[in-house]
Amino acid sequence: MTAAVIVGVLAAAGTYLVLQRGLVRMALGFVLLGHAANVLLVVSGGIHRRGVPIEGETVGRAADPLPQAFTLTAIVIGFGMTAFLLALAFRARRDLGDDDLEGES
Amino acid sequence: MSWLLVLPIALPLAAAAATIVARGRRRTQRILSVGCALVVLAGAVALVWATRDGEVLAAGMGGWPARFRITLVADPFAALMLTVSALMVTVCTLFAAARGEDEQPYFHSLVQVLFAGACGAYLTTDIFDLFVFIEVALIASYVLLTLGGSLRQLRAGAVYVTTNLLASTAFLAGVALLYGAAGTVNFAELAGRARTSGEVAVAGTFILGALAVKGGLVPVHGWLPRSYPAASPAVTALFSGLLTKMGVYAMFRVYCTVFQGETTLRTPLLVAASLTMLLGVLGAVGRERMRDILSFHMASQVGYLVMALGISGVAGLSAGIFFMLQYIVVKTSLFLCSGAVETFEGTGALSELGAVARRRPVLAAAFGVSALSLAGVPPLSGFFAKLALLQAAFVAHDYAVAGVAVAVSFLTLFSMVKIWNGVFWGDPPAERRRTAATPTRGRAAAVVAPAAALAAVGVAVGLGAELLWALSARAAGLLVDPAAYIEAVLR
Repeated sequence: MTAAVIVGVLAAAGTYLVLQRGLVRMALGFVLLGHAANVLLVVSGGIHRRGVPIEGETVGRAADPLPQAFTLTAIVIGFGMTAFLLALAFRARRDLGDDDLEGES
Repeated sequence: MSWLLVLPIALPLAAAAATIVARGRRRTQRILSVGCALVVLAGAVALVWATRDGEVLAAGMGGWPARFRITLVADPFAALMLTVSALMVTVCTLFAAARGEDEQPYFHSLVQVLFAGACGAYLTTDIFDLFVFIEVALIASYVLLTLGGSLRQLRAGAVYVTTNLLASTAFLAGVALLYGAAGTVNFAELAGRARTSGEVAVAGTFILGALAVKGGLVPVHGWLPRSYPAASPAVTALFSGLLTKMGVYAMFRVYCTVFQGETTLRTPLLVAASLTMLLGVLGAVGRERMRDILSFHMASQVGYLVMALGISGVAGLSAGIFFMLQYIVVKTSLFLCSGAVETFEGTGALSELGAVARRRPVLAAAFGVSALSLAGVPPLSGFFAKLALLQAAFVAHDYAVAGVAVAVSFLTLFSMVKIWNGVFWGDPPAERRRTAATPTRGRAAAVVAPAAALAAVGVAVGLGAELLWALSARAAGLLVDPAAYIEAVLR
């Protein structure tokens, strides 16, 4: 339940920001949307479905490692995308004096 | 044989690193870049040969059990896509070198990263790795699109990046839902799961929706014609050959495995396909620049591919795979032709061009052949693709979508004739605004040669359609009955 609320709030805030015009706000929006997807990934794990790939260990209290690996990868990719978006916003600000690329100028 | 499966991913990444080291030495970069593409091409042809009878080659990474490891698999579909992609990268790199587009120190590195991502997407066997490889290709494409740094490119870049980022986030959420519902993201274990579990079907639909954005399907196609023409000509050609097709390839894979035997999505797919064909071709009518027109046709042609996916069955999928392979060649050839025209005349606007055929007969012939093939005139490759697709549609009693496909072919022909009349035929415009200097004979030949070579490949595919058709049918057979694929992945 907590996770569902977190995902909902993150997705709502992210959607609001992505719909703004400035590139920096959009970048922040994508960060939030990415977090929403990451939280969703973490809670999608379920060890009850199958064993863990660790032999000879008691697995009763282990978490499902696969979604964690997914999330880690997704965070790294999201970081790269955010860096690129911010670089784009920087270029736009330098060339236009504003990070709103759709505006008149 | 398993090293052959790693080669198309490892070699381009190595070449990307090497070209970064060799920045500033363009000759070395070009040799590395083209050499890498040629070696991968040879490897891909070897894979096609090895899988010609429907075998499936698999290579498991590391010593993990089959369900936990990363497995690369080459079936005929993946091998054919690899071959065509390697050919496109070779030709587009040569074209970029001839135009001097590779003066940016990291151009070749970015192309190689894009190439590695596309190859990985074709070979991977699980949906999360598919996401990763698509992201690898996309992040290179973001930079390639905005490499020039002009205001037009920044604007196009903003549209392109935000749309694709949104689709990627949706894709990731879809992967999470799929894992939550099915407990696996492996194609082999997901086969047919949508039939038995509604949750898996919802998650799969989510992923298909995200991929539809990347493929440029109506109603989520708006980003494509707004961003592709802003890139430099060689980059547009490369994107048309590799990127959107990667999305469509992924749709084929996901739909054919996860939704195996489940037909709920059939009607939505066919409706989306019809709208895509129609709106794409109509959008092109009002455009005045060669690459703008061609970009709208790109959306339109994706409609044909999704139509094949909607019809499904061995007949529909064979037609779809054949269509995709020949279409990549034809479309890239058209983009290279328009890039060559822009190089010689300094513009791609129809109103400022005319009578190019008189000065550049080879270029005009290459464009003419490819344009007729795109419209589907016999005996060119596009005709056989459309014929097979229409046959499959009639057998499946999908008369409406078949009617749309035929009508759109006529409109495509109309659009191609419009370009032909505006650019290659007629009188030169009274007021010539030539900004480009007349190139030397050698350089002019180097700019025209890639387009002409691809047009020749297109003709060869049309004349030797039976061979490619047999391979496409094998590939489709494995998509419809993936028993061999599943066995290879889980072995």
